[in-house]
Amino acid sequence: MIPFRNVSGPVACLPLDNIDTDQLIPARFMTRTRSEGYGDALLRDLRMDANGKPVPDFPLHAETGPVFLVAGANFGCGSSREAAVYALADFGIRAVLALGFGDIFHSNAMKNGLLPIVLSLTDNARAMKAGQMTIDLEAQTVTVQDGGPPLSFEVPAAARRRMLEGLDEISDTLTRLTSIEAHEAVAHRARPWLLPDISPT
Amino acid sequence: MTAQTLVEKIRHAHLVLHEDGMDLLAVDRHYLHEGSHHAFARLAEMSLSVRRPDLTFGVADHYVPTSGAPATDVIAGMIEKLDRNGAAHGLSVFGRGDPRQGIVHVAMPEQGLTLPGNIIVCGDSHTATHGALGAWAFGIGASEVAHVLATQTLWQAPPKPMRITVTGRLAEGVTAKDLSLHIIATIRTDGAAGHAVEYAGGAITALSVESRMTLCNMTIEMGARAGIVPPDATTAEWLLDRPYAPKGAARVQAESDWAILASDEGARYAREVTIAAAEVAPMVTWGTSPDEAVAVTGIVPLGEDTAESRTYMDLEGGQPIEGVPVDMVFIGSCTNARLSDLHEAARVLKGGRTQVPLLVSPGSTAIAMEAERIGLADVFRAAGARWGASGCSLCVGMNGDLVAPGTRCASTSNRNFRGRQGPGARTHLMSPAMAAAAALTGRITDVRRLDVEVRS
Repeated sequence: MIPFRNVSGPVACLPLDNIDTDQLIPARFMTRTRSEGYGDALLRDLRMDANGKPVPDFPLHAETGPVFLVAGANFGCGSSREAAVYALADFGIRAVLALGFGDIFHSNAMKNGLLPIVLSLTDNARAMKAGQMTIDLEAQTVTVQDGGPPLSFEVPAAARRRMLEGLDEISDTLTRLTSIEAHEAVAHRARPWLLPDISPT
Repeated sequence: MTAQTLVEKIRHAHLVLHEDGMDLLAVDRHYLHEGSHHAFARLAEMSLSVRRPDLTFGVADHYVPTSGAPATDVIAGMIEKLDRNGAAHGLSVFGRGDPRQGIVHVAMPEQGLTLPGNIIVCGDSHTATHGALGAWAFGIGASEVAHVLATQTLWQAPPKPMRITVTGRLAEGVTAKDLSLHIIATIRTDGAAGHAVEYAGGAITALSVESRMTLCNMTIEMGARAGIVPPDATTAEWLLDRPYAPKGAARVQAESDWAILASDEGARYAREVTIAAAEVAPMVTWGTSPDEAVAVTGIVPLGEDTAESRTYMDLEGGQPIEGVPVDMVFIGSCTNARLSDLHEAARVLKGGRTQVPLLVSPGSTAIAMEAERIGLADVFRAAGARWGASGCSLCVGMNGDLVAPGTRCASTSNRNFRGRQGPGARTHLMSPAMAAAAALTGRITDVRRLDVEVRS
């Protein structure tokens, strides 16, 4: 994961609600491996017409690739497919600012260095007008280049710590293996029926 | 002691530790499908193995061919990749040709793997389905799948408890699918975001386990990651004699443990919603989000905020939804491909003839075999339907089955998103009985108008 500390860049606006993960990455692209990349398939059916030609004026076609995306409510709802996050990340998007996120998308994002930021209606409207912005994850602020005060946001503390350092969650959890084993021993002794009989029948 | 909700009780029984506002939870069952290839690649990258192969079960569903067309190399490769990853880590994988194969959310409960009080995760948002058996079950992403494979645990923020109480009884001819679409249309697609939904009330208690699965399955479409129905005698009875369910002394203890799995009197909920079952009619979606649904007797809404969906769906504001012609019908998916769903559809189709192509894809190979045995498959074939194999099929179109651009499909699946069933496809969600009615008339039809014994 690329650490996220202080990132600046151009903003693209997609003033739509309920952009689901099927839109972010249509199912037909999902046989790819991670190393093949998903950037070209991001929002494919909104960005391109039926003949594969770019839809004129679609917000993501700006010459300088956007680093931030501002959208409406319930961004990333629907399927759990993490490829929706891969598509955004591979396209070069480092943060999505929205009025709210699909739960699974939100956790998928933070595990891949893509920062999901929930903004109020007023702050979101301000962000929509920004051409450029700077996001400081340490200070949890968004500085919009409009002369106004920075916007603030909240993210879960542990995920924030890992994003700042670019740390992997699995390695982190494996340091707690003793606690996990102790918990399992107690639970499985108290409730032996939790363990399925997987011997061949 | 403070009164606890059912999910809080399950949470406490699985809590390894709590840190920075997050819980590290022990996972009882981890289900995999072909989409798990990302997670296995991650595991290989880190030179890790699967920590609890005994609690990890795979099944081929997303890419399995279901309509007779042969698998392309890419699609066959996805299915083989699951087999290979399973074999490399010593996991139980129910692949093509295995009678235990099926859609993960149909096959795993059917095998008796999903039990009350379990924490169950799977890299699929419709994992909420397993809540029907009193499990706390939720979908996770690929990074989380890798995390569970490596540790058999998951970090989770404690969910906010929400209760949806459904009072009274559903009217005759009204199903759990109609109830779920009614609830989603009422509270909208983000109405339960961040919450774990517990279902309560007389209408819920009266539902079969299969119907509870349909309801819990659709809970993700209201923004919640999980839906749960407290286990009761119906649940315990349903689990009897399932292959992997506990037997003998373990069964006796399990049943006494399950008996206390209910929310305490006075438990507090962050949100409460009450729905009157009698007000629910057969429902159908008109738009591109599951909350864009109306009673089949209703009209496509007017108004600027719905204009985009109407344009995509090629519908006029104010037109009755009933009578809209459909080009094809799909009966299947983890929402509505259980034996009871097939019974419902067959009752409508029996003796009739489909006007448009109908694909029926049973939820599991076991269901397919049972449907053949009792003659249900013949009813579908006689009506002109294509009786397919078991898999996710046209719900998500990953196996190569697609709805052609600009055409309309009446579907028993769970999502009517733009392009969900293929680029430019237009999806109308409905119950199996309603889908069967649409197949008979070639139009969206109130199944209650048809002269069939769907009211039995």
